[in-house]
Amino acid sequence: MHNYTIAELVKGLQSKQFSSVELTQHFLARISQFNDQYNAVITVTADQALQAAQLADQRLAMGSAPALCGVPLLHKDIFCTKGVRTSCGSKMLDNFIPPYNATVVENFEQAGVVMLGKTNMDEFAMGSSNETSFYGPVKNPWATDCVPGGSSGGSAAAVAGRLAPGATATDTGGSIRQPAALCGISGLKPTYGRVSRWGMIAFASSLDQAGPMARTAEDCALLLNCMASFDDKDSTCVDRDVPNYSASLNKSVKGLRIGVPKEYFSEGLHPGTEAAVKKALADLEAQGAELVEISLPNSDLSVPAYYVIAPAEASANLSRFDGVKYGYRCENPKDLQDMYCRTRSEGFGEEVQRRILIGTYCLSAGYYDAYYGKAQQVRKLIEQDFVNAFNDVDLIVGPTCPSPAFKFGSKGDDPVAMYLEDIYTIATNLAGLPGMSVPCGMVEGKPVGLQIIGNYFDEARMLNLAHQFQQVTDWHTQAPEGIS
Amino acid sequence: MIIKREEIEKLATLSRISIDEKTITDVTERLSSVLDLVDQLKTADTDSVEGISRPFQVSQRLREDEVTETNQRDKFQAIAPATDNGLFTVPKMID
Repeated sequence: MHNYTIAELVKGLQSKQFSSVELTQHFLARISQFNDQYNAVITVTADQALQAAQLADQRLAMGSAPALCGVPLLHKDIFCTKGVRTSCGSKMLDNFIPPYNATVVENFEQAGVVMLGKTNMDEFAMGSSNETSFYGPVKNPWATDCVPGGSSGGSAAAVAGRLAPGATATDTGGSIRQPAALCGISGLKPTYGRVSRWGMIAFASSLDQAGPMARTAEDCALLLNCMASFDDKDSTCVDRDVPNYSASLNKSVKGLRIGVPKEYFSEGLHPGTEAAVKKALADLEAQGAELVEISLPNSDLSVPAYYVIAPAEASANLSRFDGVKYGYRCENPKDLQDMYCRTRSEGFGEEVQRRILIGTYCLSAGYYDAYYGKAQQVRKLIEQDFVNAFNDVDLIVGPTCPSPAFKFGSKGDDPVAMYLEDIYTIATNLAGLPGMSVPCGMVEGKPVGLQIIGNYFDEARMLNLAHQFQQVTDWHTQAPEGIS
Repeated sequence: MIIKREEIEKLATLSRISIDEKTITDVTERLSSVLDLVDQLKTADTDSVEGISRPFQVSQRLREDEVTETNQRDKFQAIAPATDNGLFTVPKMID
Protein backbone atom coordinates (compact mmCIF):
# COMPACT_ATOMS: atom_id res chain seq x y z
CA MET A 1 0.00 0.00 0.00
CA HIS A 2 2.90 2.38 0.64
CA ASN A 3 3.73 2.54 -3.05
CA TYR A 4 0.32 3.88 -3.98
CA THR A 5 0.04 7.57 -4.73
CA ILE A 6 -2.51 9.64 -2.82
CA ALA A 7 -4.72 9.64 -5.93
CA GLU A 8 -4.63 5.82 -5.91
CA LEU A 9 -5.26 5.69 -2.16
CA VAL A 10 -8.32 7.91 -2.56
CA LYS A 11 -9.71 5.50 -5.20
CA GLY A 12 -8.89 2.49 -3.03
CA LEU A 13 -10.60 3.99 0.02
CA GLN A 14 -13.68 5.04 -1.91
CA SER A 15 -14.02 1.67 -3.63
CA LYS A 16 -13.50 -0.12 -0.25
CA GLN A 17 -10.40 -1.91 -1.55
CA PHE A 18 -8.97 -1.17 1.90
CA SER A 19 -10.10 0.82 4.92
CA SER A 20 -8.53 3.91 6.44
CA VAL A 21 -7.78 1.88 9.58
CA GLU A 22 -5.85 -0.69 7.51
CA LEU A 23 -3.99 2.05 5.70
CA THR A 24 -3.17 3.89 8.91
CA GLN A 25 -1.95 0.70 10.57
CA HIS A 26 0.23 0.00 7.56
CA PHE A 27 1.96 3.40 7.66
CA LEU A 28 2.28 3.35 11.47
CA ALA A 29 4.01 -0.02 11.14
CA ARG A 30 6.37 1.42 8.54
CA ILE A 31 7.21 4.37 10.77
CA SER A 32 7.87 2.02 13.64
CA GLN A 33 10.07 -0.21 11.47
CA PHE A 34 12.05 2.35 9.44
CA ASN A 35 12.07 5.66 11.28
CA ASP A 36 15.21 4.74 13.22
CA GLN A 37 17.05 4.76 9.90
CA TYR A 38 15.81 8.20 8.84
CA ASN A 39 14.90 10.12 12.02
CA ALA A 40 12.22 11.77 9.89
CA VAL A 41 9.33 11.59 12.37
CA ILE A 42 9.76 13.06 15.86
CA THR A 43 6.28 12.49 17.25
CA VAL A 44 4.01 9.58 16.33
CA THR A 45 0.32 10.00 17.17
CA ALA A 46 -0.72 6.36 16.80
CA ASP A 47 -3.81 6.28 19.06
CA GLN A 48 -5.16 9.54 17.72
CA ALA A 49 -4.49 8.38 14.14
CA LEU A 50 -6.40 5.13 14.60
CA GLN A 51 -9.36 6.96 16.13
CA ALA A 52 -9.38 9.43 13.23
CA ALA A 53 -9.14 6.51 10.77
CA GLN A 54 -12.18 4.85 12.36
CA LEU A 55 -14.15 8.07 12.01
CA ALA A 56 -12.98 8.42 8.41
CA ASP A 57 -14.16 4.87 7.65
CA GLN A 58 -17.57 5.77 9.05
CA ARG A 59 -17.75 8.86 6.84
CA LEU A 60 -16.61 6.82 3.82
CA ALA A 61 -19.29 4.21 4.54
CA MET A 62 -21.94 6.93 4.43
CA GLY A 63 -20.79 7.79 0.91
CA SER A 64 -20.46 11.56 1.23
CA ALA A 65 -16.90 11.92 2.46
CA PRO A 66 -14.57 14.67 1.15
CA ALA A 67 -11.89 13.69 -1.40
CA LEU A 68 -9.03 13.08 1.03
CA CYS A 69 -11.08 11.40 3.78
CA GLY A 70 -9.13 8.55 5.35
CA VAL A 71 -5.77 9.40 3.75
CA PRO A 72 -2.90 9.41 6.29
CA LEU A 73 -0.44 12.33 6.30
CA LEU A 74 2.39 13.72 8.38
CA HIS A 75 2.63 17.36 9.46
CA LYS A 76 5.85 19.31 9.71
CA ASP A 77 6.44 20.09 13.38
CA ILE A 78 6.07 23.81 12.68
CA PHE A 79 2.25 23.57 12.51
CA CYS A 80 0.45 23.84 15.84
CA THR A 81 -1.50 20.68 16.61
CA LYS A 82 -4.01 20.74 19.43
CA GLY A 83 -2.87 18.53 22.29
CA VAL A 84 0.20 17.28 20.39
CA ARG A 85 3.71 18.63 21.02
CA THR A 86 4.82 21.19 18.44
CA SER A 87 8.56 21.69 18.86
CA CYS A 88 9.62 23.51 15.67
CA GLY A 89 12.75 21.36 15.96
CA SER A 90 13.87 23.36 19.01
CA LYS A 91 14.69 22.73 22.65
CA MET A 92 12.83 26.02 23.23
CA LEU A 93 9.52 24.33 22.36
CA ASP A 94 10.35 20.76 23.37
CA ASN A 95 7.59 20.93 26.01
CA PHE A 96 5.11 23.05 24.02
CA ILE A 97 1.66 21.51 23.58
CA PRO A 98 -0.56 23.98 21.70
CA PRO A 99 -4.18 24.33 22.78
CA TYR A 100 -5.26 24.91 19.16
CA ASN A 101 -4.74 23.71 15.58
CA ALA A 102 -3.08 25.67 12.78
CA THR A 103 -5.54 26.46 9.97
CA VAL A 104 -3.68 24.05 7.65
CA VAL A 105 -4.06 21.25 10.21
CA GLU A 106 -7.70 22.17 10.77
CA ASN A 107 -8.43 22.12 7.01
CA PHE A 108 -7.04 18.58 6.75
CA GLU A 109 -8.84 17.46 9.91
CA GLN A 110 -12.16 18.75 8.56
CA ALA A 111 -11.49 16.81 5.34
CA GLY A 112 -11.05 13.58 7.31
CA VAL A 113 -7.29 13.31 6.77
CA VAL A 114 -5.53 11.15 9.36
CA MET A 115 -2.48 12.70 11.07
CA LEU A 116 0.18 10.04 11.64
CA GLY A 117 2.53 12.36 13.53
CA LYS A 118 4.94 15.26 13.21
CA THR A 119 8.11 15.50 11.14
CA ASN A 120 11.61 16.57 12.06
CA MET A 121 12.94 19.87 10.72
CA ASP A 122 15.77 22.38 11.03
CA GLU A 123 15.33 24.41 14.20
CA PHE A 124 12.73 27.14 13.57
CA ALA A 125 13.04 26.21 9.86
CA MET A 126 16.52 27.78 9.70
CA GLY A 127 18.71 25.47 7.69
CA SER A 128 19.13 23.66 4.41
CA SER A 129 20.34 20.29 5.69
CA ASN A 130 18.27 19.40 8.77
CA GLU A 131 21.48 19.44 10.77
CA THR A 132 20.22 22.23 13.07
CA SER A 133 17.35 20.19 14.57
CA PHE A 134 17.40 19.70 18.36
CA TYR A 135 16.29 16.12 17.65
CA GLY A 136 19.27 15.26 15.47
CA PRO A 137 19.64 15.27 11.70
CA VAL A 138 17.27 13.53 9.30
CA LYS A 139 18.94 11.09 6.94
CA ASN A 140 18.32 11.01 3.22
CA PRO A 141 16.65 7.68 2.28
CA TRP A 142 18.67 7.65 -0.98
CA ALA A 143 21.99 7.82 0.85
CA THR A 144 21.88 7.79 4.63
CA ASP A 145 25.30 9.46 4.92
CA CYS A 146 23.82 12.48 3.13
CA VAL A 147 21.48 15.26 4.20
CA PRO A 148 17.83 15.28 3.11
CA GLY A 149 17.88 19.06 2.62
CA GLY A 150 16.01 21.45 4.79
CA SER A 151 14.25 22.82 6.51
CA SER A 152 11.41 20.42 5.65
CA GLY A 153 13.85 17.48 5.51
CA GLY A 154 11.76 15.28 7.81
CA SER A 155 8.68 15.65 5.61
CA ALA A 156 10.72 14.99 2.44
CA ALA A 157 12.54 11.96 3.83
CA ALA A 158 9.29 10.52 5.21
CA VAL A 159 7.62 10.74 1.80
CA ALA A 160 10.70 9.40 -0.03
CA GLY A 161 11.01 6.56 2.50
CA ARG A 162 7.31 5.70 2.11
CA LEU A 163 6.51 6.44 5.79
CA ALA A 164 3.58 8.53 4.57
CA PRO A 165 2.08 9.19 1.14
CA GLY A 166 2.34 12.96 1.66
CA ALA A 167 3.28 15.60 4.18
CA THR A 168 2.87 19.27 4.92
CA ALA A 169 5.89 21.55 4.75
CA THR A 170 6.87 25.22 4.74
CA ASP A 171 9.18 27.29 2.56
CA THR A 172 10.86 30.58 3.53
CA GLY A 173 13.83 30.45 1.15
CA GLY A 174 13.54 27.00 -0.44
CA SER A 175 12.57 24.77 2.49
CA ILE A 176 9.99 22.81 0.48
CA ARG A 177 11.67 22.74 -2.92
CA GLN A 178 15.28 21.99 -1.92
CA PRO A 179 14.49 18.95 0.30
CA ALA A 180 11.96 17.75 -2.30
CA ALA A 181 14.78 17.88 -4.87
CA LEU A 182 17.33 16.16 -2.66
CA CYS A 183 14.90 13.38 -1.69
CA GLY A 184 13.46 12.79 -5.17
CA ILE A 185 9.87 13.82 -4.48
CA SER A 186 7.51 16.60 -5.59
CA GLY A 187 6.92 19.70 -3.47
CA LEU A 188 5.15 22.98 -4.03
CA LYS A 189 5.51 26.41 -2.42
CA PRO A 190 2.35 28.37 -3.26
CA THR A 191 2.06 32.11 -3.86
CA TYR A 192 2.52 34.15 -0.68
CA GLY A 193 -0.94 34.50 0.87
CA ARG A 194 -2.48 31.44 -0.85
CA VAL A 195 -2.29 29.25 2.28
CA SER A 196 -3.00 30.53 5.79
CA ARG A 197 -0.01 31.03 8.08
CA TRP A 198 -2.17 31.02 11.21
CA GLY A 199 -0.81 28.56 13.74
CA MET A 200 2.37 28.07 11.71
CA ILE A 201 5.30 29.12 13.87
CA ALA A 202 6.71 32.27 12.29
CA PHE A 203 10.28 32.51 11.01
CA ALA A 204 10.17 35.40 8.48
CA SER A 205 6.57 36.51 8.10
CA SER A 206 6.86 38.19 4.69
CA LEU A 207 8.49 35.08 3.17
CA ASP A 208 6.97 32.04 4.97
CA GLN A 209 4.45 29.96 3.04
CA ALA A 210 3.09 26.46 3.61
CA GLY A 211 2.72 23.88 0.89
CA PRO A 212 2.42 20.17 0.16
CA MET A 213 4.97 17.42 -0.44
CA ALA A 214 4.10 14.13 -2.14
CA ARG A 215 5.55 11.84 -4.75
CA THR A 216 3.65 13.24 -7.73
CA ALA A 217 2.38 16.58 -8.99
CA GLU A 218 -1.11 15.06 -9.14
CA ASP A 219 -0.90 14.38 -5.37
CA CYS A 220 0.41 17.88 -4.67
CA ALA A 221 -2.67 19.22 -6.47
CA LEU A 222 -4.98 17.09 -4.29
CA LEU A 223 -3.26 18.32 -1.12
CA LEU A 224 -3.20 21.96 -2.22
CA ASN A 225 -6.95 21.79 -2.91
CA CYS A 226 -7.35 21.22 0.83
CA MET A 227 -4.54 23.43 2.18
CA ALA A 228 -5.40 26.61 0.27
CA SER A 229 -8.19 28.66 1.79
CA PHE A 230 -8.96 32.20 2.79
CA ASP A 231 -8.47 32.69 6.50
CA ASP A 232 -9.60 35.76 8.38
CA LYS A 233 -7.10 34.93 11.13
CA ASP A 234 -4.10 35.58 8.84
CA SER A 235 -4.11 39.22 7.76
CA THR A 236 -1.80 38.45 4.81
CA CYS A 237 -3.94 35.58 3.50
CA VAL A 238 -5.41 36.58 0.14
CA ASP A 239 -9.18 36.47 -0.33
CA ARG A 240 -9.35 34.81 -3.70
CA ASP A 241 -11.19 31.73 -4.98
CA VAL A 242 -9.28 28.46 -4.74
CA PRO A 243 -9.42 26.72 -8.12
CA ASN A 244 -9.63 22.95 -8.39
CA TYR A 245 -5.94 22.27 -9.00
CA SER A 246 -6.68 18.74 -10.19
CA ALA A 247 -8.95 19.94 -13.00
CA SER A 248 -6.28 21.30 -15.34
CA LEU A 249 -3.58 18.62 -14.92
CA ASN A 250 -4.31 16.94 -18.22
CA LYS A 251 -4.19 20.03 -20.42
CA SER A 252 -1.63 19.89 -23.21
CA VAL A 253 1.54 21.90 -22.67
CA LYS A 254 1.82 22.55 -26.39
CA GLY A 255 2.63 26.19 -27.06
CA LEU A 256 3.42 26.95 -23.42
CA ARG A 257 6.25 29.49 -23.28
CA ILE A 258 8.90 28.41 -20.79
CA GLY A 259 11.54 30.88 -19.69
CA VAL A 260 14.98 29.45 -18.96
CA PRO A 261 17.01 31.94 -16.89
CA LYS A 262 20.59 32.06 -18.10
CA GLU A 263 21.76 33.06 -14.59
CA TYR A 264 20.60 29.66 -13.26
CA PHE A 265 23.14 27.82 -15.42
CA SER A 266 26.30 29.56 -14.35
CA GLU A 267 29.32 28.72 -12.21
CA GLY A 268 28.60 26.54 -9.20
CA LEU A 269 26.03 24.29 -10.89
CA HIS A 270 27.04 20.62 -10.68
CA PRO A 271 27.59 19.28 -14.24
CA GLY A 272 25.42 16.24 -13.52
CA THR A 273 22.58 18.44 -12.25
CA GLU A 274 22.95 20.69 -15.28
CA ALA A 275 22.77 17.72 -17.66
CA ALA A 276 19.66 16.32 -15.95
CA VAL A 277 17.88 19.69 -16.03
CA LYS A 278 18.79 20.24 -19.69
CA LYS A 279 17.46 16.78 -20.56
CA ALA A 280 14.21 17.65 -18.75
CA LEU A 281 13.96 20.89 -20.72
CA ALA A 282 14.41 18.89 -23.94
CA ASP A 283 11.63 16.53 -22.80
CA LEU A 284 9.33 19.51 -22.26
CA GLU A 285 10.23 20.89 -25.66
CA ALA A 286 9.45 17.50 -27.20
CA GLN A 287 6.01 17.75 -25.60
CA GLY A 288 5.41 20.98 -27.48
CA ALA A 289 6.51 23.63 -24.99
CA GLU A 290 8.54 26.50 -26.35
CA LEU A 291 11.83 27.29 -24.57
CA VAL A 292 12.83 30.93 -24.34
CA GLU A 293 16.10 32.15 -22.83
CA ILE A 294 15.42 34.87 -20.29
CA SER A 295 17.49 36.95 -17.88
CA LEU A 296 16.88 37.60 -14.19
CA PRO A 297 19.73 40.12 -13.87
CA ASN A 298 19.54 40.63 -10.10
CA SER A 299 19.59 36.90 -9.24
CA ASP A 300 23.02 37.10 -7.62
CA LEU A 301 21.69 39.60 -5.09
CA SER A 302 18.88 37.38 -3.86
CA VAL A 303 20.94 35.49 -1.25
CA PRO A 304 22.47 38.69 0.23
CA ALA A 305 19.03 40.39 0.33
CA TYR A 306 17.47 37.33 1.94
CA TYR A 307 20.14 37.16 4.65
CA VAL A 308 19.20 40.66 5.75
CA ILE A 309 15.42 40.40 5.44
CA ALA A 310 14.87 36.89 6.84
CA PRO A 311 17.09 37.35 9.94
CA ALA A 312 15.62 40.84 10.53
CA GLU A 313 12.10 39.41 10.61
CA ALA A 314 13.26 36.38 12.60
CA SER A 315 14.89 38.54 15.26
CA ALA A 316 11.54 40.27 15.80
CA ASN A 317 9.42 37.10 15.59
CA LEU A 318 11.63 35.11 17.95
CA SER A 319 11.63 37.82 20.61
CA ARG A 320 8.45 36.17 21.89
CA PHE A 321 10.49 33.26 23.25
CA ASP A 322 11.40 34.72 26.62
CA GLY A 323 10.51 31.97 29.09
CA VAL A 324 7.40 33.75 30.35
CA LYS A 325 4.29 32.32 28.71
CA TYR A 326 5.24 28.97 27.17
CA GLY A 327 8.20 26.85 26.17
CA TYR A 328 11.56 26.53 27.87
CA ARG A 329 12.60 28.53 30.93
CA CYS A 330 16.12 28.28 32.41
CA GLU A 331 16.63 26.86 35.90
CA ASN A 332 16.85 29.22 38.90
CA PRO A 333 17.08 32.61 37.20
CA LYS A 334 18.63 35.20 39.47
CA ASP A 335 16.64 38.09 38.00
CA LEU A 336 14.49 38.92 34.98
CA GLN A 337 17.37 39.76 32.62
CA ASP A 338 19.18 36.59 33.61
CA MET A 339 16.01 34.62 32.87
CA TYR A 340 15.64 36.15 29.40
CA CYS A 341 19.30 35.71 28.47
CA ARG A 342 19.82 32.18 29.78
CA THR A 343 16.43 30.96 28.52
CA ARG A 344 17.30 32.13 25.01
CA SER A 345 20.94 31.01 25.05
CA GLU A 346 20.07 27.57 26.39
CA GLY A 347 16.82 27.17 24.41
CA PHE A 348 18.01 28.26 20.95
CA GLY A 349 20.67 26.44 18.95
CA GLU A 350 23.69 28.06 17.32
CA GLU A 351 22.19 28.82 13.88
CA VAL A 352 19.05 30.39 15.37
CA GLN A 353 21.14 32.56 17.71
CA ARG A 354 23.33 33.61 14.78
CA ARG A 355 20.33 34.70 12.73
CA ILE A 356 18.86 36.64 15.66
CA LEU A 357 22.20 38.46 16.07
CA ILE A 358 22.43 39.24 12.33
CA GLY A 359 18.83 40.45 12.24
CA THR A 360 19.37 42.62 15.30
CA TYR A 361 22.52 44.07 13.70
CA CYS A 362 20.74 44.91 10.44
CA LEU A 363 17.88 46.59 12.26
CA SER A 364 19.98 48.50 14.79
CA ALA A 365 20.44 52.26 14.81
CA GLY A 366 23.05 53.35 12.29
CA TYR A 367 22.80 50.21 10.15
CA TYR A 368 19.08 50.08 9.32
CA ASP A 369 19.26 52.06 6.07
CA ALA A 370 22.49 50.48 4.86
CA TYR A 371 21.23 46.94 5.37
CA TYR A 372 17.47 46.59 5.84
CA GLY A 373 16.51 49.59 3.69
CA LYS A 374 18.91 48.53 0.94
CA ALA A 375 17.71 44.91 1.04
CA GLN A 376 14.11 46.09 0.62
CA GLN A 377 15.13 48.05 -2.47
CA VAL A 378 16.96 45.04 -3.89
CA ARG A 379 13.87 42.96 -3.15
CA LYS A 380 11.93 45.32 -5.40
CA LEU A 381 14.50 44.88 -8.18
CA ILE A 382 14.25 41.08 -7.89
CA GLU A 383 10.44 41.23 -8.00
CA GLN A 384 10.65 43.49 -11.07
CA ASP A 385 12.94 40.98 -12.85
CA PHE A 386 10.20 38.35 -12.53
CA VAL A 387 7.42 40.75 -13.53
CA ASN A 388 9.40 41.59 -16.69
CA ALA A 389 10.05 37.90 -17.41
CA PHE A 390 6.39 36.94 -17.01
CA ASN A 391 5.43 39.56 -19.59
CA ASP A 392 6.99 37.21 -22.11
CA VAL A 393 6.72 33.67 -20.71
CA ASP A 394 4.12 31.50 -18.94
CA LEU A 395 6.46 29.62 -16.60
CA ILE A 396 10.14 29.67 -15.64
CA VAL A 397 12.08 26.40 -15.40
CA GLY A 398 15.58 25.61 -14.11
CA PRO A 399 17.45 23.66 -11.45
CA THR A 400 16.08 23.61 -7.88
CA CYS A 401 19.50 23.51 -6.26
CA PRO A 402 23.11 23.57 -7.42
CA SER A 403 24.02 19.96 -6.62
CA PRO A 404 22.57 16.68 -5.32
CA ALA A 405 22.45 15.75 -1.61
CA PHE A 406 25.75 16.41 0.18
CA LYS A 407 27.36 14.56 3.10
CA PHE A 408 26.70 15.51 6.71
CA GLY A 409 29.16 18.14 7.94
CA SER A 410 30.55 18.76 4.45
CA LYS A 411 29.66 22.45 4.40
CA GLY A 412 32.11 23.04 7.25
CA ASP A 413 31.86 25.85 9.77
CA ASP A 414 31.18 28.67 7.34
CA PRO A 415 27.43 29.40 7.38
CA VAL A 416 27.64 31.09 3.98
CA ALA A 417 28.49 27.78 2.22
CA MET A 418 25.15 26.43 3.46
CA TYR A 419 23.25 29.61 2.58
CA LEU A 420 24.32 29.30 -1.07
CA GLU A 421 22.44 25.99 -1.26
CA ASP A 422 19.26 28.06 -1.77
CA ILE A 423 20.66 30.25 -4.52
CA TYR A 424 17.97 29.28 -7.07
CA THR A 425 15.01 29.15 -4.71
CA ILE A 426 15.30 32.29 -2.55
CA ALA A 427 14.32 34.82 -5.22
CA THR A 428 10.79 33.43 -5.55
CA ASN A 429 10.21 33.90 -1.80
CA LEU A 430 11.42 37.50 -2.01
CA ALA A 431 9.02 38.09 -4.90
CA GLY A 432 6.19 36.05 -3.30
CA LEU A 433 5.88 33.81 -6.37
CA PRO A 434 4.91 30.12 -6.38
CA GLY A 435 7.57 27.50 -7.13
CA MET A 436 7.78 23.75 -7.15
CA SER A 437 10.32 20.99 -7.55
CA VAL A 438 9.84 17.67 -9.31
CA PRO A 439 12.37 14.86 -9.76
CA CYS A 440 14.13 14.99 -13.15
CA GLY A 441 17.16 12.71 -12.97
CA MET A 442 19.83 11.03 -10.90
CA VAL A 443 23.46 11.93 -10.26
CA GLU A 444 25.74 9.53 -8.38
CA GLY A 445 22.65 7.59 -7.27
CA LYS A 446 21.02 10.71 -5.83
CA PRO A 447 17.99 12.60 -7.17
CA VAL A 448 17.99 15.91 -9.04
CA GLY A 449 15.13 18.40 -8.87
CA LEU A 450 13.62 20.50 -11.64
CA GLN A 451 12.26 23.82 -10.43
CA ILE A 452 9.13 25.30 -11.99
CA ILE A 453 8.32 28.91 -11.09
CA GLY A 454 4.90 30.33 -11.88
CA ASN A 455 3.32 33.75 -12.01
CA TYR A 456 1.28 34.92 -9.01
CA PHE A 457 -1.57 32.48 -8.19
CA ASP A 458 -0.73 30.38 -11.25
CA GLU A 459 -0.16 27.15 -9.30
CA ALA A 460 -2.57 25.31 -11.61
CA ARG A 461 -0.35 25.91 -14.62
CA MET A 462 2.79 24.79 -12.75
CA LEU A 463 1.03 21.62 -11.65
CA ASN A 464 -0.19 21.05 -15.19
CA LEU A 465 3.38 21.24 -16.56
CA ALA A 466 4.75 19.07 -13.75
CA HIS A 467 2.03 16.44 -14.24
CA GLN A 468 2.57 16.35 -18.00
CA PHE A 469 6.32 15.96 -17.42
CA GLN A 470 5.55 13.03 -15.11
CA GLN A 471 3.46 11.42 -17.84
CA VAL A 472 6.54 11.02 -20.04
CA THR A 473 9.22 10.44 -17.36
CA ASP A 474 9.50 7.97 -14.49
CA TRP A 475 11.86 9.75 -12.09
CA HIS A 476 8.99 10.32 -9.64
CA THR A 477 8.24 6.58 -9.48
CA GLN A 478 11.76 5.56 -8.45
CA ALA A 479 12.35 4.47 -4.88
CA PRO A 480 15.47 4.45 -2.73
CA GLU A 481 17.24 1.11 -2.42
CA GLY A 482 15.62 -1.30 0.00
CA ILE A 483 12.10 0.01 -0.48
CA SER A 484 9.83 -2.41 -2.25
CA MET B 1 34.02 43.00 6.97
CA ILE B 2 35.19 42.47 10.50
CA ILE B 3 32.69 43.06 13.21
CA LYS B 4 34.23 44.25 16.48
CA ARG B 5 33.98 42.35 19.70
CA GLU B 6 32.27 45.29 21.43
CA GLU B 7 29.62 45.29 18.72
CA ILE B 8 28.95 41.59 19.29
CA GLU B 9 28.58 42.26 23.00
CA LYS B 10 26.10 45.05 22.30
CA LEU B 11 24.12 42.84 19.90
CA ALA B 12 24.02 40.07 22.48
CA THR B 13 22.58 42.50 25.04
CA LEU B 14 19.99 43.82 22.58
CA SER B 15 19.02 40.25 21.60
CA ARG B 16 18.97 38.97 25.20
CA ILE B 17 21.40 36.20 24.29
CA SER B 18 24.44 35.44 26.42
CA ILE B 19 27.60 34.58 24.52
CA ASP B 20 30.26 32.98 26.68
CA GLU B 21 33.95 33.79 26.51
CA LYS B 22 34.79 30.46 24.87
CA THR B 23 32.62 30.98 21.80
CA ILE B 24 32.81 34.72 21.19
CA THR B 25 35.71 34.41 18.72
CA ASP B 26 33.83 31.83 16.64
CA VAL B 27 30.63 33.87 16.75
CA THR B 28 32.52 36.98 15.63
CA GLU B 29 34.18 35.14 12.77
CA ARG B 30 30.98 33.58 11.48
CA LEU B 31 28.94 36.76 11.75
CA SER B 32 31.67 38.58 9.84
CA SER B 33 31.43 35.97 7.09
CA VAL B 34 27.66 36.52 6.79
CA LEU B 35 28.11 40.30 6.78
CA ASP B 36 30.65 39.94 3.97
CA LEU B 37 27.94 38.14 2.01
CA VAL B 38 25.29 40.78 2.65
CA ASP B 39 27.76 43.56 1.85
CA GLN B 40 27.34 42.53 -1.81
CA LEU B 41 24.10 44.53 -1.67
CA LYS B 42 26.22 47.67 -1.84
CA THR B 43 26.95 46.90 -5.50
CA ALA B 44 23.29 47.29 -6.48
CA ASP B 45 22.18 50.51 -8.05
CA THR B 46 19.01 51.30 -6.12
CA ASP B 47 18.77 55.05 -6.68
CA SER B 48 15.11 55.98 -7.03
CA VAL B 49 13.96 52.42 -6.19
CA GLU B 50 11.24 52.28 -3.59
CA GLY B 51 11.80 49.26 -1.37
CA ILE B 52 9.14 46.68 -0.51
CA SER B 53 8.59 44.98 2.82
CA ARG B 54 6.34 42.20 1.50
CA PRO B 55 5.25 40.67 -1.79
CA PHE B 56 2.95 42.73 -4.00
CA GLN B 57 3.04 45.42 -1.31
CA VAL B 58 -0.68 45.21 -0.57
CA SER B 59 -1.86 46.86 2.60
CA GLN B 60 -2.83 44.46 5.32
CA ARG B 61 -6.49 43.78 5.86
CA LEU B 62 -8.00 45.34 8.97
CA ARG B 63 -10.95 43.97 10.90
CA GLU B 64 -13.58 45.48 13.12
CA ASP B 65 -12.38 45.92 16.70
CA GLU B 66 -14.73 43.42 18.25
CA VAL B 67 -14.34 40.36 20.47
CA THR B 68 -14.23 37.16 18.44
CA GLU B 69 -12.62 34.74 20.90
CA THR B 70 -13.81 33.70 24.31
CA ASN B 71 -11.46 33.92 27.28
CA GLN B 72 -9.14 30.91 27.20
CA ARG B 73 -6.70 32.02 29.88
CA ASP B 74 -6.73 28.73 31.74
CA LYS B 75 -5.81 26.74 28.63
CA PHE B 76 -2.90 29.05 27.86
CA GLN B 77 -1.69 29.25 31.45
CA ALA B 78 -1.70 25.46 31.73
CA ILE B 79 1.35 25.43 29.42
CA ALA B 80 3.18 28.35 31.06
CA PRO B 81 6.43 27.84 33.00
CA ALA B 82 5.02 29.56 36.13
CA THR B 83 1.70 31.11 37.04
CA ASP B 84 -0.03 32.31 40.20
CA ASN B 85 -3.72 33.09 40.52
CA GLY B 86 -4.22 33.68 36.81
CA LEU B 87 -1.00 35.68 36.39
CA PHE B 88 2.25 34.73 34.65
CA THR B 89 5.05 34.95 37.18
CA VAL B 90 8.67 36.01 36.63
CA PRO B 91 11.62 36.57 38.99
CA LYS B 92 11.19 39.51 41.35
CA MET B 93 11.92 42.84 39.61
CA ILE B 94 11.33 45.44 42.33
CA ASP B 95 12.47 45.14 45.93
